[in-house]
Amino acid sequence: MLHGYALSLLEGAALTLSVAVLSLGIALVLGLAGAVAKLSGWRLARGVAQAYTTVIRAVPDLVLMLLVFYGGQMAINGLGERLGWAYIDIDPWVAGILTIGFIFGAYFTEVLRGAFLAVPAGQKEAAVACGFTPWQVLWRIVGPQMLRHALPGLSNNWLVMIKATAIVSVIGLSDLMNRAAQAAGSTREPFLFYGAAALLYLAFTTLSELGFAWLGRRLAIGTRKAAL
Amino acid sequence: MWDSLPLYAAGAATTLQLLLLALAIGGALALPLAVLRSLPSAWAWRPVWLFTYVIRGTPLLVQLFLLYYGLAQFDAVRDSLLWPWLKSAWFCAVAAFAINTCAYTTEILHGAIQAVPAGEVEAARALGMGRWMTFRRIVLPSAMRRSLPAYSNEVVLMLHGTALASVVTLHDLTGVAREVNSIHYLPFEAFITAALCYVAITLVLVGGFQLAERRWLRPFAPRG
Repeated sequence: MLHGYALSLLEGAALTLSVAVLSLGIALVLGLAGAVAKLSGWRLARGVAQAYTTVIRAVPDLVLMLLVFYGGQMAINGLGERLGWAYIDIDPWVAGILTIGFIFGAYFTEVLRGAFLAVPAGQKEAAVACGFTPWQVLWRIVGPQMLRHALPGLSNNWLVMIKATAIVSVIGLSDLMNRAAQAAGSTREPFLFYGAAALLYLAFTTLSELGFAWLGRRLAIGTRKAAL
Repeated sequence: MWDSLPLYAAGAATTLQLLLLALAIGGALALPLAVLRSLPSAWAWRPVWLFTYVIRGTPLLVQLFLLYYGLAQFDAVRDSLLWPWLKSAWFCAVAAFAINTCAYTTEILHGAIQAVPAGEVEAARALGMGRWMTFRRIVLPSAMRRSLPAYSNEVVLMLHGTALASVVTLHDLTGVAREVNSIHYLPFEAFITAALCYVAITLVLVGGFQLAERRWLRPFAPRG
């Protein structure tokens, strides 16, 4: 039905997923660091985190992607020339993961900061009073409760992120979009292949939503819901 | 670099044009769809739900490509009266952005309509207002206000979405930056200039929405 391009599309889909998952990892680490920085008493850290979230969220992801891909290439090779390295080609896969991770780190910062603030202060104080170390307070008391509040925001951002990976095809990664474009070009049936790509993205987002719904039910164990 | 500034101004004008047209068309369509989405009858809300689900579950880039490259596959489309429109990248970009923002705005408005307290609706009905009048005088004004914060996010996201127009050959801000980069090979200057323009537009939009919220969200603000 897909003129033998089904496997190629699936390979592209796997690449898309790998970009999404790896950038999720980077975004979570950056988001956690950003949230901690924003809530810390250290002024410089707060300022840096504030600048990071403001600027990144005000610029389109495509522009940032092009900046990192072309600009990063130039910066690395400029540095390499001085240090006597050979010419380095930035891999679109790496550039895509780094850029998407960096962009969504800003959105995750806000989600995690909000979730952190939603945990009642008494919980932290009680833990400190019981003799927990700061790390234990975060890991055992605040962390698990924070996750509950963060989940809707995390799931939203994850869905946006899967869809944002489509733009990595613009810098030449042979992801799902790119494979669909190739197949569309050689068979002259663009509607068929972009439609197939759309359905695959829809499958990813649907599965993610189901997964997050399940996770939400699990994390809500032990909470009471008022009956209206 | 300075010589390319007029190019950037033209690019910004294209970007704003795309954004405003998409928001106007998308918003106008979203209102009736949100009403249908909020009706109790499954025949009314299911198709709208399906529409928003599919649009919100797929990347904007795919939607744009489906319209711009995809439709050309069918001879019926190429022979139709709409073809002069559908073969233009500009029209397809506006259409794709409008459909996209329409789906998100529909869901935002639907959420806001659901959030109107049942007591307000009951009170209106008790005063003898009909369904339509209740909707027009009570539900709609309060839903529009409630949706302001979420809608301001959607507008900023749509602004970022318009950057994709550069992928289908349009010379919006991003398109200009890509051209400047390919001519002069100055990636930092080219893309950072575009980024600064986007930051400026975003700040103006966010500021405008803050003013609007201060004006129209007064009734919901904490008192004191």
